[in-house]
Amino acid sequence: MLIVVCIKQVPDTTQVQIDPVTNTLVREGIPFIVNPYDTHALEAALQLKDRYGFRVAAISMGPPNAEATLRKALSLGVDEAILLSDRVFGGADTLSTSNVLTRAITLLNEQEEVGLVLCGKQTIDGDTAQVGPGIATRLGYTQLTLVDNIEQLDLLRKRVRVRRKLEGRHEIVESPFPAMITVVRELNRPRYPTVPMRLTSHEAEIKVWNNEVLKLDVNTIGLKGSPTWVSRIFSPEREKGEIVGDGLHDPEGTANLLIDKLLSKDLLAL
Amino acid sequence: MSSSTIFFAALLVFSTLVFCAGCYRRFSLITAGQPEDRFNRIDMRLKQMFLYAFGQKRVVAKQFGVNHFIIFWSFLILLLANGEFLAKGLFPALSLAFLPQAIHHGLLFLFDLFSLLVLISTTVAVARRLFFPPTYMNSAYVKARSVEGFLILSFIAILMLAYFGLHGAEIALGNEPGTRFMPVSSWVATILASYPSHLTLLVSIFWWVHALVLLAFICVLPYSKHMHILTAIPNIFFATLGRPNVQLREEFIKGGEFGVGRVDRFTWKDLLDSFSCTECGRCQSACPAATTGKSLNPRQVIHAIKTNLLANGPLLKKGGAPVISLIGEESEGSSTEETIWACTTCGACMEACPVLIEHMPKIAKMRRHLVEMKANFPEELLTLFENMEGRSNPWGIAPSERTKWHATMDVQQFEDGKTEYLFYVGCAGAFDSRQKHATVALATILDAAGVSWGILGKEEKCCGDSVRRLGNEFVFDRMAKENVALFKEKGVKKIITQCPHCFSTLKNDYRQYGIELEVVHHSELISHLLADGKLKLKRKVGGLGKILFHDSCYLGRHNDVYDAPREAIKLATGQAPVEFDRSGRESFCCGAGGGRMWQEEQHGERINLNRAKEALEKRPDTICVSCPYCMTMMEDGLKDLHADGTRVKDIAEVVAEGLRQ
Ligand code: SF4
Ligand code: SF4
Repeated sequence: MLIVVCIKQVPDTTQVQIDPVTNTLVREGIPFIVNPYDTHALEAALQLKDRYGFRVAAISMGPPNAEATLRKALSLGVDEAILLSDRVFGGADTLSTSNVLTRAITLLNEQEEVGLVLCGKQTIDGDTAQVGPGIATRLGYTQLTLVDNIEQLDLLRKRVRVRRKLEGRHEIVESPFPAMITVVRELNRPRYPTVPMRLTSHEAEIKVWNNEVLKLDVNTIGLKGSPTWVSRIFSPEREKGEIVGDGLHDPEGTANLLIDKLLSKDLLAL
Repeated sequence: MSSSTIFFAALLVFSTLVFCAGCYRRFSLITAGQPEDRFNRIDMRLKQMFLYAFGQKRVVAKQFGVNHFIIFWSFLILLLANGEFLAKGLFPALSLAFLPQAIHHGLLFLFDLFSLLVLISTTVAVARRLFFPPTYMNSAYVKARSVEGFLILSFIAILMLAYFGLHGAEIALGNEPGTRFMPVSSWVATILASYPSHLTLLVSIFWWVHALVLLAFICVLPYSKHMHILTAIPNIFFATLGRPNVQLREEFIKGGEFGVGRVDRFTWKDLLDSFSCTECGRCQSACPAATTGKSLNPRQVIHAIKTNLLANGPLLKKGGAPVISLIGEESEGSSTEETIWACTTCGACMEACPVLIEHMPKIAKMRRHLVEMKANFPEELLTLFENMEGRSNPWGIAPSERTKWHATMDVQQFEDGKTEYLFYVGCAGAFDSRQKHATVALATILDAAGVSWGILGKEEKCCGDSVRRLGNEFVFDRMAKENVALFKEKGVKKIITQCPHCFSTLKNDYRQYGIELEVVHHSELISHLLADGKLKLKRKVGGLGKILFHDSCYLGRHNDVYDAPREAIKLATGQAPVEFDRSGRESFCCGAGGGRMWQEEQHGERINLNRAKEALEKRPDTICVSCPYCMTMMEDGLKDLHADGTRVKDIAEVVAEGLRQ
């Protein structure tokens, strides 16, 4: 049985700045990383592989250089890596992205039964958290979002029970396979690649599926298939910070002051 | 041939066989190790050997070292006497008396004198072990009061007593022609002379006691820690001539194995080291981890390698599987992971070891195995490694922030031909809010002295020190290559660093990547600028009160820079700094090196607290440091001790005080 992990290459947003004139992200020289939430999805898949013997495939839609992201996945131990790359996929919003990913998963399912699809809860560049649910809807899979613990997995009955992390509470839900799970950071601690695995991944094959393989209607993908339109990107004006108390001479009092302040602004809940 | 000669010959053959079997076993185990070239620059090696082996430089530096010095030299001299004794046992006609008389008499005198000295020294050694054994002589598996220790000492003492007995009796019998040259034996003879009828019997008793103990000694030697008698001298000869802290490079080829996870993956020299340990405990007493209650004891690390090799070596040589793991067991032949991660790479162990054993590189090799083969390391390091790979700094701060420190100053970019020095600011210098003050102070000094310098700004990358010492050689290799390429592209030849870790890495480690940089630590540069009159202070630095100087391990022990910072302080303040009890070569680590900066200390006393307490004993107003890590550790230590009256300053900050109006 196969687990599919959807991963995305994103710019390291801590290093991204917004060009004040053009209102676009300045991406030059900014390194790309694997979307941090996706690394947790990857880890969850690999742990399930270690425990139950699933095969794991990582898929990613992106430009040819997104290959690096898939190599990282390979170095961590996924069995197969597929890059979904075609000019016609470019400029996609969450809807057309999920169309592409859905088709890829469907094709994979034709080769080997897909049990679970794992995604990060959202990406750090788009922050929409829509792609995972989008895939689930299109595939007709159960969607289990915001999962912070995989409680139980029953291979015989083909069921999975997970804990969802919601605002101020947890929810434990169970679903039959196939299911789509989006994960939060608390789920696990991603592993680090060993050197032998890195060296193997350097030479491993990364399949590239373009639209000749996926055969999607061009009106449902890329810019054409994207109803969303970004009018402007800008950094919100931030109020200048203030100095609270005197931490040097009265650290405890200042800490209390700070906590009170955070509480009063509803930034902290007790 | 008399029956007793035949009996003796049989015993001699037997002991020789036992001795050779022991030596063969051990030396053949050493060949299980990986190749490593330690045969270069023979002249330097000989020099090293004379200084440390025959000169016993390190041995005599410590209390009771003289005792060992005497035993060592007596051993060499008495080797001749014992050789004669054994030869004579087989062929009574053989004797040193065939030598020219003057030489023979001289030798007799030396034998007599040194036997007495040995007797005194062994008595002192026994008394020390019995009545005031230093705590560092005990380790988890080897004790100061071990049977082995006493056995060997008593063997030696009995040999000497038998020597005097034998020669005393011979003199009393009138069989010894060189009596005049044997004052001690002659004195013994005067006592024995009162038993004239027993003298012949006494001669044979003493002879046999001497013979049996000598043969027993020969048998035991290769099986005990006294093996060092055979291995210490070659071990010193083969000790590294370079900086032991510069670990060997690894080649990343698919299918390769990285680091050391099995004892035969060590090099032959690592294994020879393990057979050379004398169990003196000096490394243990100097180690910041061992002395603050961590599980790491450098001596035990070496002992574990030996124990492991003895247990696994024969199996491994036959292609079998090891019975004890090198890493991860709580046993005499293994080092736990916790042990391996506890090392600050301060080098105090290597500085202390009288036989020049290289502990730290072995720890680094085992770390490499854990990181590179197993991806198994303390949790905190995951973030560090990812930050290093992703953003080339330990905190994962955006590289664009590297220039924030000079918001209030005009600073030039480095440009070949326009600027002479690259000021390699370093991650702490650029990102750590406290260290940024030192960065500004140094920049101010450089400007005041008219030094031509520039920075790489956002293009600067971490030197990779922490990842290398933590065994993540794969990532270090990449970082080093990137930096070397950057330096070459920019035409960088001279570098100023304020961090001893950058200093050591750029200067020593990067040489392995084919770049020779002229790297100067800011304390060296400042002291030169002051001494040459290029840096003119507006006033003598007062105001900082009593200044205590703390040596950074990577500046001092790893690079032998001890005087420059002291000189700079003296020139700036007019007064030499106050010294710690443990200073210079014997300085005590702040606890942050070797990637310890990024890990919690779970057990025992925190190393920085230990050092901060030691500092406060000197009642300083200012503790002067020359390293960003020491800065953090010292400040934290003082804070925890509520020592509000004492501040920590970087050497640049101390000197820059003199530039204020
Ligand atoms: S390098 Fe320092 S911390 Fe590491 S074992 Fe040696 S003395 Fe101990
Ligand atoms: S390693 Fe060196 S310093 Fe440590 S106990 Fe052995 S001989 Fe002594």
